[in-house]
Amino acid sequence: MGELRLMKGNEVIAEAAIRCGCDGYFGYPITPQSEVMETLMDLEPWNETGMVVLQAESEIASIHMIYGAAGSGKKVLTSSSSPGISLMAEGISYIAGSELPCVIVNVQRGGPGLGTIQPSQADYFQSTKGGGHGDYRLIVLAPSSVQEMNDFVELGFQMAFKYRNPAMILTDGVIGQMMEKVVLADFIPRLTDEEINEKYGSWVTNGRKPNRERNIITSLEMDSGRMEQNNIRFQEKYAKMEEEDVLFEEIQCADAEYLLIAFGSSARVCLKAVDLAREKGLKVGLLRPITLFPFPKKPISALAKQVKGMLVVEMNAGQMIEDVELAVGCAGNKVPVLHFGRMGGIIHSPSEVLAALEQKLIGE
Amino acid sequence: MELADIINPNNLVYKKPKLFTENTMHYCPGCTHGVIHRLLAEVIEDLEIQDKTIGIAPVGCSVFAYKYLEIDWQEAAHGRAPAVATGIVRTNPDKVVFTYQGDGDLASIGAAEILHACNRGENFVVIFINNGIYGMTGGQMAPTTLIGQVTSTTPNGRDVGRNGYPLKITELIAQLPGTSYVTRQSAHTPAAIRKCKKAISKAFQAAINKKGTSFVEVVSTCNMNWKMTPVKANEWMVENMFPFYPPGDLKDGSRTDPESYKTLKN
Repeated sequence: MGELRLMKGNEVIAEAAIRCGCDGYFGYPITPQSEVMETLMDLEPWNETGMVVLQAESEIASIHMIYGAAGSGKKVLTSSSSPGISLMAEGISYIAGSELPCVIVNVQRGGPGLGTIQPSQADYFQSTKGGGHGDYRLIVLAPSSVQEMNDFVELGFQMAFKYRNPAMILTDGVIGQMMEKVVLADFIPRLTDEEINEKYGSWVTNGRKPNRERNIITSLEMDSGRMEQNNIRFQEKYAKMEEEDVLFEEIQCADAEYLLIAFGSSARVCLKAVDLAREKGLKVGLLRPITLFPFPKKPISALAKQVKGMLVVEMNAGQMIEDVELAVGCAGNKVPVLHFGRMGGIIHSPSEVLAALEQKLIGE
Repeated sequence: MELADIINPNNLVYKKPKLFTENTMHYCPGCTHGVIHRLLAEVIEDLEIQDKTIGIAPVGCSVFAYKYLEIDWQEAAHGRAPAVATGIVRTNPDKVVFTYQGDGDLASIGAAEILHACNRGENFVVIFINNGIYGMTGGQMAPTTLIGQVTSTTPNGRDVGRNGYPLKITELIAQLPGTSYVTRQSAHTPAAIRKCKKAISKAFQAAINKKGTSFVEVVSTCNMNWKMTPVKANEWMVENMFPFYPPGDLKDGSRTDPESYKTLKN
């Protein structure tokens, strides 16, 4: 087993980045995620692994630094929180449109606008439906523990490089700030330039070698026929993600009559709510989407045939519920799908979730 | 005299640079982008750095710069070329990276990125084409448009009260401790072109020798949007642009030695 530590979620992102052979981090301070860069600066990975850490002048600059470094085949990461991710939307669209891999961490806080610094899940739409301009998707991973903050860094890179597409770790101030025990990953060495040329020589911009054509990274295509072909290729990629890379967790679903659906820190709250319900003799289960895109449509659709009702629990006004409704309705199911949300930085309590379940669904 | 006698290898004094592609340039007749692209191709060939050079194209008329030089390129979002270059050069410190940007891209929407990259002393070359106008979008006012200059968004001439002052961004850049070589050139006469090539070569050598950010402004024309013939545009540039943007070196050295600063003790 790897090294066991007690750490904050944000600190773990930094530690996991170094350990997975990340080549660079570019970021800008914003609450509640500043510990990511602070931890990196404290650990000075440039001395050990050669990883670059740079505090940029803005989130806009950070994401375009990521675009540049990712284009040269490097494994690079940035992190921010909601308002900062909005600023990055331009660059994320370019990265998706140019088909480059990278990992972006969003430690969400309440919005809109400057909002609050307390945790929230209100960026679900922004993360899973695009966020910037144009038809594109991010691979979105939603950790619900500090351990998953560790695990999803390398997992995010694997998916990002598999599809040459940006991956986002969509977390929030709860997971970012809380401390838990975590088993750290073993060190993976950074790729050498020779390894990068061997693996990604067909597309990287690291200087034209005599044995290859010049590489050009761009999202620009003036011919709309060719631009449509590009879009068709992107859509095929997203369809492949839905086929091969959906991740979710089912907790006490086998005999469930009622289903809670929640991701990230809301799922942690719901875990306790399931226990409270079971103590009262209520057969409640929890489905936790781990990838928010690609979304676990099939297991939700399957459970819709089994349960009497579903309650989607989110720290927002009702965002993931739209994907749940699609998954349920598209398969011709008629089970009620209701929402229970807290907003503006408020976290539900488990008893509140149980009360909502009883009032909204079971009480009917 | 037969044609074959004229087109004789011994008579050739001018040829397509080795690093030029076969693509036909999209630039308007009379535009200096083509000349400056040629100088870049020649410098990269002379310095034998084709296999480690990465160019960053901007948004603007030169958005397709990547079509014309046989090197690796990345096309940046509007104004973000210095950030893209930073990302590449920081993670690939032995590569030679340059940005190619116009005045709208560099001095307006990308002002923050260029100032901070130059202030950090990022080790890349900036080629800054200043013709005082947005070319690609059809001749709108740029930060460098002269007072009184007519553009499509200043139909009665740039008015300071309404539009602010022309921005001498190169003078600002020259103040930053991270820059090494900062110069202003032009490419309107054979002599100016030769001088400009020397400046570009020097800027690339500064980057190769890791001296900090090197910055070459090329004061240029946009005869199409200035609504002049190419010859008249060159005359107008000399008469009106040069007094406000005078050609010459603004800084020639290396990034400031941090030892010259008082450093706080931890």
